[in-house]
Amino acid sequence: MADEGGEFIDVQDLTKTFTVRRRTGLLRRTAEEVRAVDGISFTLRRGEMAGFIGPNGAGKSTTIKMLTGILTPSGGRLRVAGVDPWRERTRLVRRIGVVFGQRTTLWWDLPLRDSYGLVRRMYRVPQARFEENLARCVELLELGDLLDVPVRQLSLGQRMRGDITAALLHDPDVLYLDEPTIGLDVVSKARVREFLRTLNAERGTTVLLTTHDLSDIEQLCKRVVVIDHGRLMYDGPLAGLHEVGRGERTLVVDLERELPPIEGLTGARTVRTEGPRQWLAFPASASAAPLVSRLAAEYPLVDLSIREPDIEDVIARMYAR
Amino acid sequence: MHLLRLNFAVAVSGFRRYATYRVATAAGVFTNTVFGFILAYTFIALWHERPHLGGYDQSQALTFVWIGQAMLASVAVMGGGFQDEFSERIRNGDVAIDLYRPVDLQLWWLAADLGRAAFQLLGRGVVPLAVGALAFDLALPASPGSWLLFLLAVLLALVVSFALRYLVALCGFWLLDATGLNALSTLLSLFFSGMLLPLTVFPGAFGETARLLPWSATLQVPADVLLGAQPGGAAAGLAFQTGWALVLLAAGRALQTVATRKVVVQGG
Ligand SMILES: Nc1ncnc2c1ncn2[C@@H]1O[C@H](COP(=O)(O)OP(=O)(O)O)[C@@H](O)[C@H]1O
Ligand SMILES: [Mg+2]
Repeated sequence: MADEGGEFIDVQDLTKTFTVRRRTGLLRRTAEEVRAVDGISFTLRRGEMAGFIGPNGAGKSTTIKMLTGILTPSGGRLRVAGVDPWRERTRLVRRIGVVFGQRTTLWWDLPLRDSYGLVRRMYRVPQARFEENLARCVELLELGDLLDVPVRQLSLGQRMRGDITAALLHDPDVLYLDEPTIGLDVVSKARVREFLRTLNAERGTTVLLTTHDLSDIEQLCKRVVVIDHGRLMYDGPLAGLHEVGRGERTLVVDLERELPPIEGLTGARTVRTEGPRQWLAFPASASAAPLVSRLAAEYPLVDLSIREPDIEDVIARMYAR
Repeated sequence: MHLLRLNFAVAVSGFRRYATYRVATAAGVFTNTVFGFILAYTFIALWHERPHLGGYDQSQALTFVWIGQAMLASVAVMGGGFQDEFSERIRNGDVAIDLYRPVDLQLWWLAADLGRAAFQLLGRGVVPLAVGALAFDLALPASPGSWLLFLLAVLLALVVSFALRYLVALCGFWLLDATGLNALSTLLSLFFSGMLLPLTVFPGAFGETARLLPWSATLQVPADVLLGAQPGGAAAGLAFQTGWALVLLAAGRALQTVATRKVVVQGG
């Protein structure tokens, strides 16, 4: 096959612009261009597992849609397994598995088992292989008791595990997951992550995981691709991302009233103020306790919380560099 | 062979999905039966005043009423069935997932809707017809051949009805709000199928036209096939239905191609 040994996913200077029409007057309409993806390039080898991260609206879903072939690029070059996903969608569809976190591929009124039966027929999966794959997913994702439950009665986490199974019954070479952990409970999240790790390690399935939750990536991917406003911000090992953004934690301080930025606290600096609320960054390695007690002693403190850096913070710091 | 098996499986799942809603089915049977009685007494009054209206005697007219009630849900005269679900998937963008699957969208929904229709023909059709036959003197044929032709006409009616609703649903790709279009299509279907009054009672050019429109293939023609009242015989009726089925399915396919292009370029 064309892709053996080479890059399995090859994205070069990919762009996607949407035309959004807006009513600006009674009869007047203006067309506006939205650059959802603005010239990104990256490659993924067969068997790699990478995190594709960025804040809301960064262009992650749009990129995934182009990779699956349900959206045409406006520019650039895109190859998956050596072929153009959009032009050769029917050929590629059997080699791709997709999970969209906010959508379901399952049938609402049908028990999981029946949905899987339909998927088997759609993808023409031989009976034996279907049963083997199903048994595996059922065991690892703990779906045993849920197979006869109609999808509409499943919790979000259960449904997501059901969806992941549906995406894997035809043994795809690559699995795209668009925000698979969004809104999941802690247990389901952990189970999904563990499953993906096993899938990638044991089956060698290439996995591209989209998320805005940094903790997903931390537990799963060595490689991360960060985008913002459709542009590539970072592509490299997770450790490198730590250097950029994971060095600091944030203390969110609510004061009784609006005050000038807090100064003179050793080891902390005010990075943002908004009315009576202030954000103080301090080294992740330092303890928050002495900071908190000094703040409490010297300022009219109402409330206070500590935030681990999220993707928005990381990106903000990338721009600041 | 593969395609046949897939679509059969889809139809079976469509059947089963509706079979799980037992309360809704019972409520539907009740409604159809009540509605049947109301129409039946209206028709008795009407045919008393104007015997042989539309070429039917009174018992043929009553048969028309109860056949209509038996087919109402199945043929989705008032819209619904796959249409609600498909429209919703177009509206919320889930249709992108459907397009991604290695199956033909139109065939898929056709199979699913035929499965639903098969359930509703049994679940919501048999009881009202039986009640009607017990309560009134109906002109039901005795020969199995007539019933077989009728079933064939019902199948074609289902396909025509599907094809019409598929076109309406596809318009959702361009309309922000499809409520108006849905109301219009329900109204057209309710009237021009013959559900309210057999189309044969309308004289002149209006009647001629009404009987040529596709909606008449969804109820008027199957009823006439069963009553043996189809001008030109049952074969002419089936040919008329087949013609509309092919034309409308082809139109749906063409519109689907345009809609797909919109989705893959504009993202829905
Ligand atoms: N079909 C569309 N039409 C117009 N704009 C769109 C469409 N899809 C996405 N966008 C816009 O493109 C940008 C990227 O969206 P998306 O890829 O969904 O981001 P993400 O998945 O990273 O949150 C957003 O500004 C969004 O509003
Ligand atoms: Mg998204």
